[in-house]
Amino acid sequence: MDSNTKPIIRVEDVTIAYGDFVVMRDINFEVQQGEVFIILGGSGCGKSTLLKNMISLVKPVKGKVLIDGMDIVTAEGPELLTILSKIGVMYQNGALFGSLNLMENICLVLEEFTNLPRDAMEAIARMKLTVVGLEDSAHKMPSELSGGMKKRAAIARAMALDPKILFLDEPSAGLDPITSAQLDELILKLSRTLKITFVVVTHELPSIFTVADRVIMLDKQTKTIIATGKPEELQKTSDNPWVRQFFNRQTELEVSK
Amino acid sequence: MTSIDYEISDKDKLKLVITGKLDAEATGNLWPQVFRKIDEINPQMLSVDAVGIEYCDGAGIALLLELKHKQEQNNRQFLTIGLKSEFEQLMTLFDPGKLSKSDKERASFVRFAENVGKATFKLLQDLKSQVSFTGELFVKLLSTLVHPGSLRWRDTFLIAEKSGADAIGITALLGFLIGLILAFQSAVAMRTFGAEIYVADLVVLSLFRELGPLLTAFVLAARSGSAFAAEIGTMKVNEEIDALTTMGLDRVKFLVIPRVLAATFVTPLLTMFNNLFGLIGCGLVMISIGFSPVTFMNQIQQAASLTDLFSGLVKTFVFGALIAGIGCLRGLRTGTGASAVGDSATRAVVASIIAIVIADGIFAVVYFIVGI
Repeated sequence: MDSNTKPIIRVEDVTIAYGDFVVMRDINFEVQQGEVFIILGGSGCGKSTLLKNMISLVKPVKGKVLIDGMDIVTAEGPELLTILSKIGVMYQNGALFGSLNLMENICLVLEEFTNLPRDAMEAIARMKLTVVGLEDSAHKMPSELSGGMKKRAAIARAMALDPKILFLDEPSAGLDPITSAQLDELILKLSRTLKITFVVVTHELPSIFTVADRVIMLDKQTKTIIATGKPEELQKTSDNPWVRQFFNRQTELEVSK
Repeated sequence: MTSIDYEISDKDKLKLVITGKLDAEATGNLWPQVFRKIDEINPQMLSVDAVGIEYCDGAGIALLLELKHKQEQNNRQFLTIGLKSEFEQLMTLFDPGKLSKSDKERASFVRFAENVGKATFKLLQDLKSQVSFTGELFVKLLSTLVHPGSLRWRDTFLIAEKSGADAIGITALLGFLIGLILAFQSAVAMRTFGAEIYVADLVVLSLFRELGPLLTAFVLAARSGSAFAAEIGTMKVNEEIDALTTMGLDRVKFLVIPRVLAATFVTPLLTMFNNLFGLIGCGLVMISIGFSPVTFMNQIQQAASLTDLFSGLVKTFVFGALIAGIGCLRGLRTGTGASAVGDSATRAVVASIIAIVIADGIFAVVYFIVGI
C-alpha cells in the first residue's frame, strides 16, 4: 500500500439498531484508498450488518458513511447511483442471478449503465472473467459452478463497472483451505494490479494474515470497535485479552491459564 | 432395570434412593411420580442417594437439576449423595434456574396480549408496505408506458410465455370440463321444463361474464402468482435482491414490471381459450341431447353479446395485474429461513384469490350501476 494514501471511506459516528436493539454504537473509522481493510469479530457481533450499512442496505439510526466524499446514508436518486457505480459487492453465497449465465450476469450491469454495443459488453465480461480465472466458464449457469467459482464469478460481476471499492462478505466461508487461499491470492492480485480498495468481512485468520493491510475488530458486548491496526501488531501487542485470544485462536480457558 | 425407593426419615425429610440406569426411558417413568411425591410431602430436605446410579444421561441430569431447582425455589435444601464424579461434573455445567421454564414464562394473558400486539403491528406494517408498493408500482408502470424502451422486453416475453402459453393446456382443459359439467347439470334441471335449449344461454353467459375470467384468474394465481412469489423469494433468500440494489438496478423495474405487464396481457388471452373450450364442452352436451351444432351456435349468438364477452375480458386485465403484483410483493417480503419461500408462495395464492373475488364484486356493482 502506498504511504501517501487518502481515505476513500469514512464512517462517522454510526449507530445501527433494530428497534430498541442496538447492534453497534458510535462507530468511527477510515479506509484508505488502495488498502485491504478487514472487518472482523466473533459470530453475531454485527460485521455483516456494518458492511450492509456501508453499502446502503441497512440505514443507521445515526451517523454518516462517506464514500469518496459522498454520504451514502442520505443519498438518493442519481447521487446514490453515482456512489453505487463506485462500489462492487460480493455476497456470502455469490448472489449470482440463477436464471442468467455468467456472461449475462456481468453484462446486466453494463446494459443498465452504459450504451456499449453488445459485442463490447461481452468483451468486457470476458475480460473480467479472465481476471478471476473463469474465462472458460462464460456460458455456464451459476448452478454448474463450485462454491469457490461462484465467489470468483461474483467478484467478476462486482468489477463490471470498474469500481474503486470492492466489498466482500465472508469470502472464505464454506470453502476448503486451498480454494480459500486462491481467493486470497486473487484479492491481493486485484489490490496490487488494479489498485482496488477492498473492504472484507471475515473471521478466517489465515486470510486475515495473508491479505489485510489493516483490520478493525468489533465486539459484541461493548458494541464498539475494540481494536484497530495491522493484524500482526494486534496479535503481539494488543492489551485487550479478547483481541489476543482471537488472533491466537485461544479459548477463554487457555487465556486465563 | 431402574428402581426408586422413598425414605421419609423425619416428617419433612425425603430421601430418594435411585438404583440402576438413569437414562431417558427410566427418567420418563420416574419424573411424574417423583414430583408427585415431593408435592405430597413438601420436604424441607430432599436428598438423592445416587450411589446405585450406574449410568446417567442428559435426561437423568435434567431430573436432578429440576429437583434441585424446585427445592431452591422454595428455599429448601437439596443434596445428592454418592453421585459419581463424572455425573457431578455434568450437573455443574448447568444453572438449574436457567433450565426451568416455570419462572421464565410469563402469564398466559400477558403472552396473549403480546402476541395480539405483535400481530397487529405486523399487520399494519404489512398494510403500509402494500400501500407503498402499490404506489411505487403504479408510478413505475406509468413511467414504463411513457418510456417503453426501459422495459426488459426479453424477460417480459419469457414470463408471458411461461405464464400464458404454457398454461393454455390446463386452462383449456379446465374450461372444457366446466362447460361440460355445467351444461350437463343444468340440462337435467331444464328438461323438467322442456327448456333444454336454454342450457346454451346459461353456459355462455356464465362463462363470458363470470366463470371464464374467475377460473382463469384462479389458475393463474395458483400457477404464476405462486411461482412469482417463490422465484423472487428465493432471490431474496440468496441475497440476489440485495445484489440488484447495490448494482443500482431498480428491483421493481427489473423484477416486478415485466411480471405485471406479462400477466396483465396474458390473462385475457387465456380467458378466451377458457371460454372457447367451455363452449366446446357445452356444445358436446347439447349435441348429445339432440340439438344440432347449428342450433347451438345460433342460440349462443342470440344469448350473448360482445358486451358480455368484453365485460368479462376487461376484468381479467385487473385480475392479471393483481395476481402478479401480489405474487411479486409477497416474494419481495420473504423472510429468512427454509420455510420463508413456501410461506410467501402460499400467501401469494391466498391473497390473490381474495383480491380477485373482491375485485370481481366491485366489477359486478360497477356493471350494475352502468347497466352492463
